[in-house]
Amino acid sequence: MLLIICPWCGPRDQTEFTYGGDANVKRPANPDTLTDEAWANYVFIRENPRGAHAELWHHHASCRRWFKVRRNTMTHEILATAKLDEELPAGT
Amino acid sequence: MKYSIFSLARNAVSYHENWSAAWRSPDPKPAYDVVIIGGGGHGLATAYYLAKEHGLNNVAVVEKGWLGGGNTGRNTTIVRSNYLLEANAHFYEHSLKLWEGLSQDLNFNVMFSQRGVLNLAHTPAELDAFSRRGNAMRLNGIDAELLLRDQVRRMVPLLDCSPAARYPILGGLLQPRGGNARHDAVAWGLARAADARGVDIIQNCEVTSIRVRAGRVEGVETTRGYIAAKKVGIAVAGHSSHVAAMAGLRLPIESHVLQALVSEPVKPILDTVVSSGAVHFYVSQSDKGELVMGGDIDGYNSYAQRGNFPIIEHVVGALVALFPCFSRLRMMRCWGGVMDMTLDGSPIIGKTPIGGLYFDGGWCYGGFKATPGSGWVFAHTIAQDRPHRLNEAFTLDRFAAGRTIDDKGMGPYAWAH
Repeated sequence: MLLIICPWCGPRDQTEFTYGGDANVKRPANPDTLTDEAWANYVFIRENPRGAHAELWHHHASCRRWFKVRRNTMTHEILATAKLDEELPAGT
Repeated sequence: MKYSIFSLARNAVSYHENWSAAWRSPDPKPAYDVVIIGGGGHGLATAYYLAKEHGLNNVAVVEKGWLGGGNTGRNTTIVRSNYLLEANAHFYEHSLKLWEGLSQDLNFNVMFSQRGVLNLAHTPAELDAFSRRGNAMRLNGIDAELLLRDQVRRMVPLLDCSPAARYPILGGLLQPRGGNARHDAVAWGLARAADARGVDIIQNCEVTSIRVRAGRVEGVETTRGYIAAKKVGIAVAGHSSHVAAMAGLRLPIESHVLQALVSEPVKPILDTVVSSGAVHFYVSQSDKGELVMGGDIDGYNSYAQRGNFPIIEHVVGALVALFPCFSRLRMMRCWGGVMDMTLDGSPIIGKTPIGGLYFDGGWCYGGFKATPGSGWVFAHTIAQDRPHRLNEAFTLDRFAAGRTIDDKGMGPYAWAH
């Protein structure tokens, strides 16, 4: 069972959370002028590393806020969490 | 050596101590016409059909571990072709037809058992959707039968079909030609048949980089030295992003963990495959007597080959709700496999922007049933340098071109497919 540290509520069971995927995907500022390639990159291409992964989680069963998690995809270890407007501390 | 009743009798005389190895274990040669990365079912099937259908024998399959030690040995062995969209329907149906002749073709019993695959419907809307999918399948020449509750009850008497059930059953969609097969035998049979046609199968040989010059592939660096190759095919589903990155490719794929578990073995009690999309659950009984079951992916990126308890609890809860008679069965073991989840839920099989480099992956959690079909079309794509009719829709560039193949209409969320 993952023990995820919500920046607002503290450590809670993974069953209280919903996964939101790659935290580094940013909606392009200029969708009207974007090429199909660049738009597809935004919609479909994801970081998929073995090791540290920056991702979004949603605490649906409590504060209902989104936040960032850095987690190791090989071991499931939670390395750091941060609020959406904060930077995740660097980690491996 | 051809396996037959006579070879069995001959070897019985020597107490079965003189069977020859089913395939060689050669050292890698300096160069091959084709190198396939990944010695799972798909890579081995590709090598087999390259040799058999396209006359290419100077082929190597390089595998970082042992044959069938990845997802080929971790799946729950279900074979079906009950898809809605045409590209999927034709591809998986071709694969199912190959399954029907695979044991004879390979001279190796893959124990393919067409015991039927039954999807349960729990709401009128689901039954309507099944009726639509069943009609689409029949129009594509694939067997499908829509069952109502009484027919489901007669077919699988163990199911709780009472109106008071936790998950009331209104009917189901049955594909009678679906079923399952012995996954290890698929890897071994394909390896033996490919080896017999001259393919070198090189185990414990991990590819560490792919050499590309002027937009064309030249070979692969491995833990057993450099191997030059005119063409390289990637068939490493689960780790596709990792291997494709060696050639500078970024893929619309997330790797997720999917768990499965088996019960203690019991006498034959369930003679078909039962699944429920609404409950996120499926179960069948193996030839050893264990109930083999699973559900959804855990839902977060993972390469760990193991998952967590919430999914196990959900799967066992669903088993007991649907089949109350299994409530006292003990679960024996559970495991996880790494799934390439594409962002439209369909595989990618085809050419890449790099000359001579071909990609086969993104199988989500449905790769096993595709094994022979995937090998068939991937071998064609590599040998002819153009896709087969059956995989021309499964290109890598379909995402940018707006031609995604989203059979369930889930959108670009890997964990929803």
